Amino acid sequence: MKTFEEIQKIREETRKLLDLRVNTKADTREKHILVCHGTGCTSSKSPKIIENFRRILEEKGITNVRVIQTGCFGLCAKGPIVIIRPEDTFYAHVKPEDCEEIINTHIIEGKKVERLLCKDIDGRVVERLDELNFYKKQKRIALKNCGVIDPENIDEYIAFDGYKALYKVLTEMSREDVIKCVTDSGLRGRGGAGFPTGKKWQFTYIEESEQKYVVCNADEGDPGAFMDRSILEGDPHSIIESMAIAGYTIGANQGYIYVRAEYPIAVHRLRVAIEQAREYGLLGDNIFGIGFKFNLDIRLGAGAFVCGEETALLESIEGKRGQPRLKPPYPAHMGLFGKPTLINNVETYANITRIILNGAEWYASIGTEKSKGTKVFALGGNVNNVGLVEVPMGTTLREIVFDIGGGIPNGRAFKAAQTGGPSGGCIPAENLDTPIDYESLAQIGSMMGSGGLIVMDETKCMVDIARFYLDFTVSESCGKCTPCRIGTKRMLEILTRMCEGNGTLEDIDKLEKLAVNIKKTSVCGLGQTAPNPVLSTLRYFKDEYLEHVKDKKCRAGYCKNLCSIVIDKDKCKGCHLCAKNCPVNAIKGEIKQPHEIDQTKCIKCNTCADKCPFKAIYKATI
Amino acid sequence: MVNLIIDGKPIKVEEHTTILEAARQNGIDIPTLCFLKGVNAMGDCRMCIVEIEGRRGFVPSCIQTAEEGMVVRTNSPEILEARKIILDLILSNHHQDCLTCTRNGNCELQDLCVKFNVKKIEYKGEMTEHEIDDKSPAIVRDFNKCLLCRRCVATCKNVQKIGAIDCTERGFNSCVSTTYDSSLNDVDCTFCGQCIEACPCGALKEKEYTDDVWEKLKDPDVYTVVQTAPAVRVAIGEEFGMPIGTNAKGKMVTALKNIGFDKVFDTNTGADFTIMEEATEFVERLQNGGTLPMITSCSPGWVRFAEKNYPDLLGHLSSCKSPHQMFGAIIKSYFAQKYEIPAEKICVVSVMPCIAKKYEASREEMEVDGLRDVDYVITTRELARMIKQANIDFVNLEDGNFDDPMGEATGAGAIFGTTGGVMEAALRTAADVLEGKDLQKIEYEQVRGEKGIKEATLNIAGKELKIVVASGLANARKIMDQIKAGKADYHFVEIMACPGGCVVGGGQPIKNSKTRATVDVRKLRADALYSIDEASTIRKSHENPALKQIYKEFFGKPGEEKAHKYLHTHYTPKAKYNI
Repeated sequence: MKTFEEIQKIREETRKLLDLRVNTKADTREKHILVCHGTGCTSSKSPKIIENFRRILEEKGITNVRVIQTGCFGLCAKGPIVIIRPEDTFYAHVKPEDCEEIINTHIIEGKKVERLLCKDIDGRVVERLDELNFYKKQKRIALKNCGVIDPENIDEYIAFDGYKALYKVLTEMSREDVIKCVTDSGLRGRGGAGFPTGKKWQFTYIEESEQKYVVCNADEGDPGAFMDRSILEGDPHSIIESMAIAGYTIGANQGYIYVRAEYPIAVHRLRVAIEQAREYGLLGDNIFGIGFKFNLDIRLGAGAFVCGEETALLESIEGKRGQPRLKPPYPAHMGLFGKPTLINNVETYANITRIILNGAEWYASIGTEKSKGTKVFALGGNVNNVGLVEVPMGTTLREIVFDIGGGIPNGRAFKAAQTGGPSGGCIPAENLDTPIDYESLAQIGSMMGSGGLIVMDETKCMVDIARFYLDFTVSESCGKCTPCRIGTKRMLEILTRMCEGNGTLEDIDKLEKLAVNIKKTSVCGLGQTAPNPVLSTLRYFKDEYLEHVKDKKCRAGYCKNLCSIVIDKDKCKGCHLCAKNCPVNAIKGEIKQPHEIDQTKCIKCNTCADKCPFKAIYKATI
Repeated sequence: MVNLIIDGKPIKVEEHTTILEAARQNGIDIPTLCFLKGVNAMGDCRMCIVEIEGRRGFVPSCIQTAEEGMVVRTNSPEILEARKIILDLILSNHHQDCLTCTRNGNCELQDLCVKFNVKKIEYKGEMTEHEIDDKSPAIVRDFNKCLLCRRCVATCKNVQKIGAIDCTERGFNSCVSTTYDSSLNDVDCTFCGQCIEACPCGALKEKEYTDDVWEKLKDPDVYTVVQTAPAVRVAIGEEFGMPIGTNAKGKMVTALKNIGFDKVFDTNTGADFTIMEEATEFVERLQNGGTLPMITSCSPGWVRFAEKNYPDLLGHLSSCKSPHQMFGAIIKSYFAQKYEIPAEKICVVSVMPCIAKKYEASREEMEVDGLRDVDYVITTRELARMIKQANIDFVNLEDGNFDDPMGEATGAGAIFGTTGGVMEAALRTAADVLEGKDLQKIEYEQVRGEKGIKEATLNIAGKELKIVVASGLANARKIMDQIKAGKADYHFVEIMACPGGCVVGGGQPIKNSKTRATVDVRKLRADALYSIDEASTIRKSHENPALKQIYKEFFGKPGEEKAHKYLHTHYTPKAKYNI
């Protein structure tokens, strides 16, 4: 157990050593090679890169260079990412075999490895991370430590003001003060619904009970979303500290982090962090030696999407089938094991320490009138800079997709952006200038959701997109209530019919009627929002639905039954390459004569078009 | 009190009243499906949704409590459309072989279809397919008809505290199933059949033996004997539109004769035999230091429960067979010999309010000298079906009498059909035996009524006797845990598997959710049994003249060798699961 003075000492000493992480002008002979050890870069062999760096440094007897594993830097499209501090050199797409060259050229010779330097979308070579457009419009609060510290080293977290907020709360603030601070900050739940966090804390605080609980919802489940995972992987202590603050405030001495078992790195980092925090007495029966008790345990989820719904999550922690409870009673009144429970999402907690340290006013100055602070998005799909971004609320979709995201690859046009995952909707190009905040998104038929943001270009069929999300919902429905259990299945069947060319005009009306009613009648958020992808695409892309059912046409050329692969006879030189590569022998033709595709055999795999050297083969809508 | 407005009508109700109750109390009906009063109120099916001013989305009225100032609409066009879609969706995944379904005519789903004027299914699509589980001798599960209302799950898990069935799989594939999807026969199901009573449609039903019985009736070489349990007569009339609690004994007997049974006997007489044997066993144990407390064994669901859950305590169970099994054995021995009918030609059919009796009759132990005590057990419901099949105008039948020599039963036998009845009947005899005289005291009020556990201390022959009556397996478990922990100082325990006893057994006429919410079915049927008892001239089993005669002619004394051979059985520990 360490006292605050001892922690303070660690902070000062470590901070001196870590100045080079944030100060490019740091006066030091030491260098740190930061390697992203988030899930994306890890799957591209970043652990091997770390290993190679360490081995080579040792072999060469270099002692003033340390190799640090960090959390996600955000620009996953460029991974694996290696950054060398203090000069802040950004190497992209690094392979394990590049390590030797980086050490020889960069570390020993003091020159940059030009070929590995990161290039921005415009082709401009950037030497430093902050020169990238990707980072320019971002504001990192929740992700502050991600990519800066080693998440498995508590001293590094402490160096960057870690556990300072907890001490401040325990020694200088009353429980009411904390609630006021959180309330005044305007922070709202980052899990999706946007409920005011201060209110939630207040509701749990006023409950009278011997036992209360603090729960962290880390059951991130939207397809394509990895905000919470990245925070847990990159800065696990910030969640632990914030949960302890919440425990003090509402009067709970036990917390649970419910995290999905499919996040092995996050789970590992959390375990390490909890262990270290216990060792330092920052969790346990006598925190800072000043008598505050707070313990924390991890509960692994088995991957059911519905367990992200707070009451289903509580059921799951209790060892029951993960399905939602009826609300009211809300968890603040009757939550885990029937006791008052505060449940917040990872990103929500990640903001708490910063709000405590920098003040409610500071936080409230960021964002829009009703949506304060920043929001982390997992930017994915047909966008150049796939990755993790954190922007002030009110940033427009256009800024995120085009300025930060670098626009759409392959010169294609933007068609829609999907926010809120299976609960959200598709936003068309005409709404690109919508400021991203809770109210604006809801107004255009989508929702903030937990932060998945998937960009789609013109080759995406919006009917198929709706079908995709429904397919997800159908397999993730818990089966408790009728509309979600059977209704979403029927919606999926109608959408599948449409995509296969068997839809009718009547199907569109039936689909809409069902969607509207499922929203109104389902038990929990999953069912109540499941129709959103359908309703929003019906709203903005009705023409495509009509084309599918009336003209049997898919303008994006995505639905196989509604398009055909055609050879342009004028362009075809009869090289026979297409026929050779066709997996089903659907192409016939004499050498040097225009070829032809037998449409009854063609499976529309597009291999022929990809292989044609004369661009004579194309996808035609029927 | 809480003031609210429902459909424009100002209403005042007690606090904690649900909107559904508030509406029904004021003549406004709301359709329900998964709701079953006192058993299941989860708001899952969404049939009872209503609109509350200021609330987003619709709210299930079966769980939402009325709040001050609430403005509720139960029948707006939006609500009606939403409910109809819910029903449509349920129908879209329901195997609709209504015409051949056991529940045709008594099905809550059918009722809803009529109510909603359903003409076609709008959202047809893929249907889930399940194998029918008919492996057990008692219950058939056909989950192709299941609506996922989970009333059965709540009954098994929360009321009986067994949990043999629960929801498995996810989403569209969700289904009610057992451990590893095994047959009910192979899991901890006790065959109490309360799940069947809870099922709104035909997903759960008894294993039906009416066709087999018709075959026997047709066969001139078979001598058919039927016996009816006490609780059947006070419920059978309901199947023909008579009020709940009507004693239709006379019409039932006439109907059975019209159907063509060679003899129609009363299981109540069997019950008198059970009391003779059980009271004798109890007095024996009490006086000679036998295993106490002694526990009744006439409820086969309870016996199966004990064998699976308390294998170490089986010595506490009375070794007496249940009344219909005793009676079956008597028919094939004493009766056969006396009337010179070859025992192997006799087919004994028991009409029971019970599902577990089907299982009981199939138990290996239930035979003497290679002859099964009972050949077929049919439920009250199955008998009603046979009567209908035979075109019998039940309501207008003349009253008939049970056949002699075993038609005469006492009031003690009659009350066997309700919780506390076996105890009371046994006490009437045991007290007389212990005191050595004909006591005036006949009624034991302490063991009557709806309470799940009823304790009493009686002073008989200068000795304090502590007794307890438990109905429902959740209560049985409480008592057994006390006995197991050595904390029970009871002398005599009555346990019935079904909460309330046989009158509301798993084989009785099924009452829909609305009836169960508004009428105390158990009380009405039990009251009818107590009335039969009160009206009886002989109210103590040991005073039954037919019984005395048969002991004299055939068995000798209760508890002695011959009686033991025919009228007693034994129990064996059973594995909870055979998977």
